[in-house]
Amino acid sequence: MLLITCPWCGVREEHEFACGGEAHIVRPLDSHTLDDAEWADYVFMRRNPKGVQYERWVHNDGCRRWFNMARHTVSHEILAIYKVGEPKPEFEG
Amino acid sequence: MLDAHLRLSSLAHLGLAARSIEEAGDAGIALGEVPRRVALTLRGDGEDAAFLDAVGRALGTAPPLTANTVASLEDVVILWLGPDEWLVNAPAAREDALQALRSALGDLHHAVADVTESRTVLRLSGASARDLLAQGCSLDFHPSVFQPGMCAGSHLALTHVTIHQIAEDPVYEIHVHRSFADYLWRWLEAASEPYGLAVVTG
Repeated sequence: MLLITCPWCGVREEHEFACGGEAHIVRPLDSHTLDDAEWADYVFMRRNPKGVQYERWVHNDGCRRWFNMARHTVSHEILAIYKVGEPKPEFEG
Repeated sequence: MLDAHLRLSSLAHLGLAARSIEEAGDAGIALGEVPRRVALTLRGDGEDAAFLDAVGRALGTAPPLTANTVASLEDVVILWLGPDEWLVNAPAAREDALQALRSALGDLHHAVADVTESRTVLRLSGASARDLLAQGCSLDFHPSVFQPGMCAGSHLALTHVTIHQIAEDPVYEIHVHRSFADYLWRWLEAASEPYGLAVVTG
């Protein structure tokens, strides 16, 4: 069980949240010019790193807001939590 | 809005009125359903002074901007649900609250919805109320952490609830969606067994 610090509500248990997958994936603005491989890359391909992963989470049972998290996928250590629109912190690994 | 003659409490089938007593006596838990209230969800920009001002004019109090707190004026209560979302509770007689808010907010960026029929409110009190909540909810209800005037959305027995502490004794109001109300009531009743339960009029 992770203890997650919601940027609005404070520390809550993981079961109040849901993970929305990898963060910082930008939708191509010129999608009409993409070929199938490029479109598939945007829609399906994810990094799945062994190390630091940047994820979107939503506080489903609290304030229902989305935010971003940097989490180490091996230790589950939460390295940073930041609001949508805030700059992505850089971590090694 | 639902016609008045169609309104039925989501716990009507439990016959709580017939079971309820005036005083909780020695029971560790007192539980009751609060009579029907007007409930509205309000969304808008909490950083916009004109929005806060308009809500204040309509309801007598501006929405709370601090997370997990409540603003109230007499029996009109505004619970913080999110940085741009609030739940307004008012007595059943205040059917005008919806229109008052819409008129005051006018062209400002906002959304107001009547959610009166979507949920019900349980009132929980008694010496063992904190122990009971701790059986099904991970929030910290210790008096140094959770105090009167605070509210929080969380899980209670895996059901989404908004819990609002209204008095130090402690007294809590539990806002629950009506389709979960029967389940939650039965869970609370079963979980109260070690402490003794008194069904009271909310």
